[in-house]
Amino acid sequence: MIVAFQSGWWNPAVASAAAMIAAVVLCSTAGEVLTAAAMKSIGDLDEIRAHSGLKGAIRAVLTCPLFFAGVGFLALAFFSLLFALNHLNLSFAAPATASLTLVTNAIAGKIFLKENVDRRRWTAAILVCIGVYLLAH
Amino acid sequence: MVATCAPLGDSFLARGMKHLPSISVDHPMALVSSLVSAVFTPWIAAGIAMLICFFACYLTALSWADLTYVLPTTAFGYVIIALLGRFWLHEQISPYRWAGILLITVGVGFAAQGPSRTERESEIASTTELPSPSEAGSR
Repeated sequence: MIVAFQSGWWNPAVASAAAMIAAVVLCSTAGEVLTAAAMKSIGDLDEIRAHSGLKGAIRAVLTCPLFFAGVGFLALAFFSLLFALNHLNLSFAAPATASLTLVTNAIAGKIFLKENVDRRRWTAAILVCIGVYLLAH
Repeated sequence: MVATCAPLGDSFLARGMKHLPSISVDHPMALVSSLVSAVFTPWIAAGIAMLICFFACYLTALSWADLTYVLPTTAFGYVIIALLGRFWLHEQISPYRWAGILLITVGVGFAAQGPSRTERESEIASTTELPSPSEAGSR
């Protein structure tokens, strides 16, 4: 958006497209991070299933409030993508949101989940991000 | 499992929805009844089952691995769907798409080589200082 404003070709269409893409990416990142935090707080699901069976594992997930917050944001991301697809081309919106989400998730994972995002993971996120864009473009 | 179930689920849903008559949003009641009947169509039911399977596997993966490890590695699903399109549906894949497939494969290789989980100081301390239940039992 800043680039669009500075280079003089600022127009409402570019701004609204950027806002729609940003909304999808932000909701999706929030949903992924909250879901990941929920699963980390629950613990290894394979171990829970070994101790208390499949019902116990499902109960552990369904009694975690963070999980519902994550799913809520993922649903919001889905509906904002549907809204964006109503105004933008699929060939632009789908790859742009999918690839940007990978990078924002790497940043959010480092900041909020305190994950060790080393050089190898940054490289992977950026390579996959460009790859997804090329594949779906 | 995560990388396979999601693209298969999506393609089953797409195939199922293409065989249905077009759904109009003008009449809300007709919209609801057509969506409910769509759920019981074999292709769509299979698609939903695959996506439930995907979500269960994805949650299990997140319970023992980092988000920044799971997301790049499961992106291999994009490659699977492109190859399915090429060899099953006989679609043409442009050089750009082959380049995308190559980049994703290399990226997944990078992520998969590293550790899947960030070691926390508390976890390291608990594994080094406290004996595990099996060790304690064997003493």
